[in-house]
Amino acid sequence: MSVLLTAVATLGAIGAGSAAILYMVGQKFKVEEDPRIQEVQDSLPAANCGGCGFPGCASFASACVKAESMDGLFCPVGGQDTMDKVAALLGRTAPVAAKKIAVVRCSGTCDSRPRLNLYDGASNCTIASALYGGDTGCSFGCLGLGDCVDSCTFDAIHINPVTLLPEVVEDKCTACGACVKACPKDIIELRKQGPKSRRIYVSCVNKDKGGVAKKACDVACIGCSKCQQVCPFEAITIENNLAFIIDDKCRLCRKCVPVCPTSSILELNFPPRKETPPAPKEEEAIVTA
Amino acid sequence: MLKTFRIGGIHPKEKKISAGKAIQPIAIPDQVIIPLSQHIGAPCQPVVKKGDTVKVGTLIGKSVGFVSTNIHSPVSGTVLKIDKALDASGYKRDAVFIKVEGDEWEASVDRSPELKKTCDLASGEILNKIAAAGIVGMGGATFPSHVKLTPPPGTKAEILIINGVECEPWLTSDHQLMMEKSDEILVGTTIVMKALNVQKAIIGIENNKQDAIRLFNQKAKEYAGITVEPLKVQYPQGGEKQLIDALTGRQVGSGALPISVGAVVQNVGTVFAIYEAVQKNKPLVERVVTVTGKEVKQPCNILSRVGIPLNDLIGVAGGLPETTGKVVSGGPMMGKALASTDIPVTKGTSGILIIPTLEAKRKAMKDCIRCAKCVSVCPMGLNPTLLMNLTEYEVWDRAEQEHITDCIECGSCSYTCPADRPLLDYIRLGKGKVSGIIRSRKN
Repeated sequence: MSVLLTAVATLGAIGAGSAAILYMVGQKFKVEEDPRIQEVQDSLPAANCGGCGFPGCASFASACVKAESMDGLFCPVGGQDTMDKVAALLGRTAPVAAKKIAVVRCSGTCDSRPRLNLYDGASNCTIASALYGGDTGCSFGCLGLGDCVDSCTFDAIHINPVTLLPEVVEDKCTACGACVKACPKDIIELRKQGPKSRRIYVSCVNKDKGGVAKKACDVACIGCSKCQQVCPFEAITIENNLAFIIDDKCRLCRKCVPVCPTSSILELNFPPRKETPPAPKEEEAIVTA
Repeated sequence: MLKTFRIGGIHPKEKKISAGKAIQPIAIPDQVIIPLSQHIGAPCQPVVKKGDTVKVGTLIGKSVGFVSTNIHSPVSGTVLKIDKALDASGYKRDAVFIKVEGDEWEASVDRSPELKKTCDLASGEILNKIAAAGIVGMGGATFPSHVKLTPPPGTKAEILIINGVECEPWLTSDHQLMMEKSDEILVGTTIVMKALNVQKAIIGIENNKQDAIRLFNQKAKEYAGITVEPLKVQYPQGGEKQLIDALTGRQVGSGALPISVGAVVQNVGTVFAIYEAVQKNKPLVERVVTVTGKEVKQPCNILSRVGIPLNDLIGVAGGLPETTGKVVSGGPMMGKALASTDIPVTKGTSGILIIPTLEAKRKAMKDCIRCAKCVSVCPMGLNPTLLMNLTEYEVWDRAEQEHITDCIECGSCSYTCPADRPLLDYIRLGKGKVSGIIRSRKN
């Protein structure tokens, strides 16, 4: 019996002693953490996608708390609501940022862009693009092997089995930018979602000369600059035989769309056109970032 | 017991059906396309413009930077334009288009067939001539030769190794060149020895080229310091590090250059080009290309000028068989499948291999069964299956620790994998990423 008692007493004493030492060490080396970091983190979506530019939600939260103002800090997944909440917690105001969405700037479907050879290697765009320009005559366009699909944490981008091009699901896309980084051809771009999801963009990244581009793909931008001439807002630039619509300047007047000889400028979610192209509407100007 | 390298390696079927076929000439077409990037390193700066007349051997692309080299016109005629053209890289890159008129050579080139044995130039002058002539490694890697022959400060070459291994199945261009130009290759070897100031050279030839071994054994006696060593047939013995190990027993460390063990390796084709450049003032404008394949009517070895479309070469070999599934530039192990046969021969085109559809199709990838065959065949002692997984999951720091950058891309792992996993495809991707990370860390 006494053996048992001795054992209990000894172990109890060692336990108590260790607890005391741990407590003292804990007090001495305590790390003071701003309690607001946890609060901010709790209001974030916890997607840990890295779309904000930080390794995860926790580091974004601590960056928000440490920063002087909310400029340049934006959680694409939570959007404006989340940023307003975070700003309120910290007693600041969040700048209003336009909601963005990923757009795939390639319309080269199987019909418009004939396949010239068959790729038989590993099913990965980065590997294929290191080997050659692609299975069509266009060496800039989508390879259709789905690196963007693999990179998306939100199930927001899928390859259309008919066109073999990726399509973005508007409701799911958070504009985290993972697909933009994953695409070896730099086809995907984050653009403003636009009022009522209406947006216009040049759906082509081919920098070849007009004739070469047209030969490879029916819907390639040939750099003819017709859209640039018709644009009343100087929103279109032409560089390396390729037109580009500057998001901040575009007022969604849609004048460029019908003049494009190859239909490479796309308009999304607009109501059907009337016979004559309407004058630039006083559509609520897109708020600038 | 024949020598070979000590780690890994495989022995694919040799299938050298074009062996012994004499090197034949090919007609020059009406127009040639000369890519301005035919070597590892910075692309050339064009020094001709539209309408310029050029002769064979006229400089058309000037080297920019240290790792770069010159490009000369392989034909005489008029420059049509400088434009983008598809080449073996699979992308459109800058190239000089030349309309061919006659076949007039630069006066400085000595076109006589006589063997010129003696070379009185000093080491520096030889290197200058090699650099000016645009010589690159002809085994396929196309690394500028003058750079390789200039040991970095603090290092000293002790031994020159001539690579007559040609370990790729199907290819015979080096073999045939050795049979027909043995004297030139041996003189070229003495020139390179002089440039490097070494007293010893070994010519390594695999044992499946008995005739070449006999010929070189007999002729090398006339040249001091050159020995011939037959080697066991084993792929990838033509890799620099493997060949050094096989011939000298020295092992080049991870990330180190062959010069760290005092060795410099040159391909027989390169040595022949060096002979022509130094002794005959002839820049690198032509090379031997093997055109072969299971269903090719007349497998052959062609002496082709740079810039001639592959289609013409395939025509000489009897045309593209109907069953063609894949056309590869280079050998079956390290060669590259082409998106088009309408691309020009470049300095690095060692062969054209035409594979029938039935054999061209890759098998579907299956799950890894952990048999470790890839580990046992890797000549660099790496763990290919681990490297593939690390690349797939983007664990770059671990991939670096596992020496992914040491991969020589020989493809032995993919060849041997019973689950048909695209090991090399992924490792090459990871190697590129990790090399990029290492470079960005240095800057």
